[in-house]
Amino acid sequence: MNEEKADAEMSTNSAVDHPQEGPGELVLRLRGISKNFGAVSALADVDLDVHAGEVVALVGDNGAGKSTLVKILAGVHQPTSGTIAFDGKDVVLSDPATALGLGIATVFQDLALCENLDVVANIFLGRELDPLRLDEVSMEIRAWTLLNELSARIPSVREPVASLSGGQRQTVAIARSLLTEPKLILLDEPTAALGVAQTAEVLDLIERVRARGLGVIVISHNMEDVRAVADRIVVLRLGRNNGEFGADVSNQDLVTAITGADENSVSRRASRRRAQSHEVLT
Amino acid sequence: MTDNTQPVSRAQLLDRRDERVAHADTIGGMIGAFIDRVRSGDLGSLPVVVGLLVICTAFQSLNPVFLAPDNLVNLLFDCSTVGVISLGIVCILMVGEIDLSVGSVSGFSSALVGVLWVNQDWPVALAIVAALGLGAAIGALYAFLFNRLGMPSFVSTLSGLLAWLGLQLYLLGSSGSINLPYGSPLVNFGQMLVMPPIASYALAALAGVVLFATGYRMAARRRAAGLSASSLGRLLLKGALVIIVLEFIVYYLNLARGVPWMFGLFVGLCVVMNYALKRTKWGRSMSAVGGNREAARRAGINVRRIHASAFMLCSTLAAAGGILAAARLASSSQQAGTGDVNLNAIAAAVIGGTSLFGGRGSAYSALLGIIVIQSIASGLTLLDLSSSLRYMITGAVLAIAVIVDSLARRSRVSHGRA
Repeated sequence: MNEEKADAEMSTNSAVDHPQEGPGELVLRLRGISKNFGAVSALADVDLDVHAGEVVALVGDNGAGKSTLVKILAGVHQPTSGTIAFDGKDVVLSDPATALGLGIATVFQDLALCENLDVVANIFLGRELDPLRLDEVSMEIRAWTLLNELSARIPSVREPVASLSGGQRQTVAIARSLLTEPKLILLDEPTAALGVAQTAEVLDLIERVRARGLGVIVISHNMEDVRAVADRIVVLRLGRNNGEFGADVSNQDLVTAITGADENSVSRRASRRRAQSHEVLT
Repeated sequence: MTDNTQPVSRAQLLDRRDERVAHADTIGGMIGAFIDRVRSGDLGSLPVVVGLLVICTAFQSLNPVFLAPDNLVNLLFDCSTVGVISLGIVCILMVGEIDLSVGSVSGFSSALVGVLWVNQDWPVALAIVAALGLGAAIGALYAFLFNRLGMPSFVSTLSGLLAWLGLQLYLLGSSGSINLPYGSPLVNFGQMLVMPPIASYALAALAGVVLFATGYRMAARRRAAGLSASSLGRLLLKGALVIIVLEFIVYYLNLARGVPWMFGLFVGLCVVMNYALKRTKWGRSMSAVGGNREAARRAGINVRRIHASAFMLCSTLAAAGGILAAARLASSSQQAGTGDVNLNAIAAAVIGGTSLFGGRGSAYSALLGIIVIQSIASGLTLLDLSSSLRYMITGAVLAIAVIVDSLARRSRVSHGRA
């Protein structure tokens, strides 16, 4: 009976490529989100919309409040004020279980894996099949299916996660977030620890997730990755909205929005380099 | 992309496609993998087995009574009381906390049974249920202090150690001890009742058969699903080995009085606990909380409830151990649960291979560990050594066990097996 269950899950899973025309309906709507840690205001009056089948990149400098926003959406922190609407209904994300239950899956930057447990146990952590008699076979098959979809290179799903490399752990964490068939996936710096090939694989994966009709929020420092995959780029600066761009935005404009000034170290460096290369040419 | 429904050849097994991983499929490969595992610090129950061999040879050469069937039967009676307490310690260590008050809780519960049953004339079953219930309540109190007030378990249980000892002394009053009636079922259970030989042989055989049957069913399911599975020969070998070893032990014990029912109860509890820790969602959550509390919380596990279950189970099993100890001694005394009971229970779990640092452990570590501890105690008693020396030696053994655990942990981290 359990094999049947696993087969059914697999067949829904293999229906990956259903390209969707443009962004769909509104999945997530944040209005006026603020979060204070004591006297420090980490987020102030932040608005954010995410549609189905859309990748929204959240960029900003260190301390801009990206991670705080992700933690609020994951139910780890609660906002000091503001409203969250998910699927058209106002919701309160009081704890991680609530957020997961609604269909918001999160891959944290620190991955939040249990190093003492094996890959299967980590993927199914908190959502084990058959609570009183763990269905290890079905879980292992499903784990392999998910990992193969990510074209992951995991040697064995029965080794503790402690023995995996950083990239392999990222893959395990993403596979885990896909397990619940969520409506919205939050990826906090998904490519930060990855090599070139694995980064490309994760970007492919993000596009595949989007094609499924899911909303995706990606946080990244890597402008190349952001522009390669995002439909919309939302900039946070010092805990506030500081502009929204399409994927065709120039690097200059993006950096300006992130740092808050036309004249900044990045633009100065760029113009210096340009000047140098001109000198070499002439 | 992948199709798991067709029967596949070995190379295409779902979990064997990556050539970079060595898989130990032959007997030689298995031995090699075992050596690798030990080298990297994944010691499992190896230290216990080695320790037990050393202890047995040493004591047997000093006093030939040590391995006599009579002494071993007594040893198993003695094992069961602290062993049950140690099983609770395994639970609490799994989530990376500690309960230092198990000795006091066991003494308190033994006093309570004595007072309610003998002095107040309650039915014995009711007195036992009351003691167990109070044990659970003590665990719930620790859980409250830990979860809501953020009190470290080390401190809350240390104060509990004193508080419950005080309550035990208060309950027993000036008389100091209550004798439990000889011939009553509880005292008989603690001192005399052994399995009929037939039953003990049957249970030993059953263990091997169940091991084989579950292994066979699992292998069949895995093969059907296109995963690698252990071969029939290996399963048969394992089951047969278990049966032979257990039947020999049972035969040897039956040369004397036989296998105590109390030890049977203890082993039964170990089996149930092992199943709960290994094969249920609750057990998985326990390991997760012990391994990475924040990750467990983010995975949607109710960490507070897991902590509460661990504290309550630990105290309840401590209370159960106290009742068994009262039955074993046929008395509830002021000395019950004091002295080395606390440390022996904790030492047994650690010696058996449950990590003090949380997230790694097994119910059987309580069984193996307590046999080691009790063998040392029994051997030293046979040598007629003073309790001063006994304490020092037991303390040294515990220190060695923790050192082995710490070193193994460090080695696991550097070999990527933490």
